[in-house]
Amino acid sequence: MLEIKNLHVELEDEDKQILKGVNLTVESGKVHAIMGPNGSGKSTLSYVLSGKDGYEVTDGSAELEGTDILDMEPEERAAAGLFLAFQYPVEIPGVGNMTFLRTAVNAQRKARGEEELSAAEFLKVVREKAKSLKIDADMLKRPVNVGFSGGEKKRNEILQMAMLEPKMCILDETDSGLDVDAMKLVADGVNALRDAGRSFLVITHYQRLLDHIKPDVVHIMADGKIVKTGGPELALEVENNGYTDILAEVA
Amino acid sequence: MSAKLKNKGVVPSITVPEGGKWVTTARQTAADLLSETGLPHRRDEYWKYTDPSTLTAPEATPAAIFESDEALPFADVDAVKIVFVDGVYDAAQSDALELAGVEIETLADAAQKDIHWAGSVYGVLEGRGQNPVSRPLASYNTAMAEQGFVIRATGKAAKPVSFIYLHESETSDAVIHHTIKLDEGADLTVLENGPAAARINAVMEVEVADKAAFHHVRAQGRDHERRTATHIFTRLGTESSFKSFTLTVNGVLTRNDAIIEFTGDDAHATVAGACAGDGAFHHDDTVFVTHDAVNCESRQVFKKVLRNGAVGVFQGKILVKPDAQKTDGYQISQGLLLDEDSTFQAKPELEIYADDVACSHGSTVGAIDETALFYLTSRGIPHKEAQDMLTLAFLGEAIDEVEDETLADDLRALLEGWMARRHG
Repeated sequence: MLEIKNLHVELEDEDKQILKGVNLTVESGKVHAIMGPNGSGKSTLSYVLSGKDGYEVTDGSAELEGTDILDMEPEERAAAGLFLAFQYPVEIPGVGNMTFLRTAVNAQRKARGEEELSAAEFLKVVREKAKSLKIDADMLKRPVNVGFSGGEKKRNEILQMAMLEPKMCILDETDSGLDVDAMKLVADGVNALRDAGRSFLVITHYQRLLDHIKPDVVHIMADGKIVKTGGPELALEVENNGYTDILAEVA
Repeated sequence: MSAKLKNKGVVPSITVPEGGKWVTTARQTAADLLSETGLPHRRDEYWKYTDPSTLTAPEATPAAIFESDEALPFADVDAVKIVFVDGVYDAAQSDALELAGVEIETLADAAQKDIHWAGSVYGVLEGRGQNPVSRPLASYNTAMAEQGFVIRATGKAAKPVSFIYLHESETSDAVIHHTIKLDEGADLTVLENGPAAARINAVMEVEVADKAAFHHVRAQGRDHERRTATHIFTRLGTESSFKSFTLTVNGVLTRNDAIIEFTGDDAHATVAGACAGDGAFHHDDTVFVTHDAVNCESRQVFKKVLRNGAVGVFQGKILVKPDAQKTDGYQISQGLLLDEDSTFQAKPELEIYADDVACSHGSTVGAIDETALFYLTSRGIPHKEAQDMLTLAFLGEAIDEVEDETLADDLRALLEGWMARRHG
């Protein structure tokens, strides 16, 4: 599904290398987790994959189902099936949540040559999916993320994911700022989307999210590289011993 | 008197049109004042950011007609429609001048009479607005206007009066003057749309008596080469309300002046505008609000989206006189620059002589929010569409000032359509 080879990335504005040769392959239907200390490059990886400005790829490649995505515009990557659940979802005053969702869904359908959803069809689907995420009609009507609590913002991310039905979902620290109940709600939403044709890359600091979203593979990232890869037990090791031991071990 | 015209410009030699006693007095007073002040010049304080030379030139600069097969704004609104072609009232294309609770008469008819109620408004509110800032284009209008309507609302109008200004001649030069009076407790909505002419000088005077409410929604024409100077003068009685909103897309030069005076307590006034300019576009909103009564609220909300060298100007003043306690004055002006070639100039002014007031003003200029743009595109929304969504959201905050939901939705739909077609 997603194949990243030797990815080197610098910040455009300053001569600073963030990713220093990331190699990562996420198979179809699998959940991979990336853990790592602050500043290891986890969020940069998610931004570079989704096409945010400000980064320069100096070497390497990233392919989604065999297609190089690094030269694509963000909207083209989205239409190709990539989705990033933001660590800090953006507030957009003046744009209604529902309008935003419908525009996004239909833009992607149009880009893929599919028929756009009518207002009635869309409404039916969105209501159903919103309900399972405990998102009420008011949250759908309000401007995108404006005045939403931390938990509401994250649930709104998962709703977008559910509506857009991407193939490759990247979750950037989706657990940050969530209490246990909110995290469980978000995890349930993600688990409901697990499917043989859909892959996940879950970026997180802490093991606790991985109690709810069980990964197939866990990677440890440090200083711009994947330094260790293992099964779910690797996450427990981090939880118990912190990153220091693992980093000392691979150094 | 500091803002009086410092550099007396050209004094046009004018002979006021013939008419009845009341209108001749008003016209002559305005003409006399104009000969004192002269026409405005770039060196005048309130013309620093906008060059008035094409507005004051003897002849209008020709302006191409904008061809469009779109429906006119507010076409679906049930209203008394009054059509002007190149600044001249066209009775044949207009509805009958009949509206329950409202008297509608042409200025030409009213001007025949020696005595008319309009004499208490025409040139009177405009005259009050000449101090402390001279407004020679308004003086010229009052002196010379033969086109326009005098409208008196005695109760709640059953529907709006809708002025439609068609532009058919490339060299037309229009002067239109509307005189509006709302009696105590009356309620009237006036809509305006269209470019009117190659050049138009328009004045609207609105007397809002106690407990009356006036609503004004305007969509200025889309002809790229048109030149427009408008003045609205209003005086507000106790517990009255005045709300004016203007949407401007295109137009090489637009100067909209609003002069608002509170003379009765507990009144409210909002003047708002949204404009979108691309290329040869200069848009200036100049507002002067005088609080001379207790517990009145004024709002100024202006949003301008500019690209390809377009220029936006905002000059907004709130003057609070010594006895105008409990005044609540609010002012916001914001420019959204879609590229580095465009300019937004803002001059907010507060002059406060009362001690128990709440006045706030803010002015910002900035580019489109890249974070928001990335968020939208990362969901698959194409870049241009995402930019339009954010632009509409930005302008939408000004459109929110329109009280009537149907009209506000009309304005949003208009803008959306215009933007979508631009990508065509």
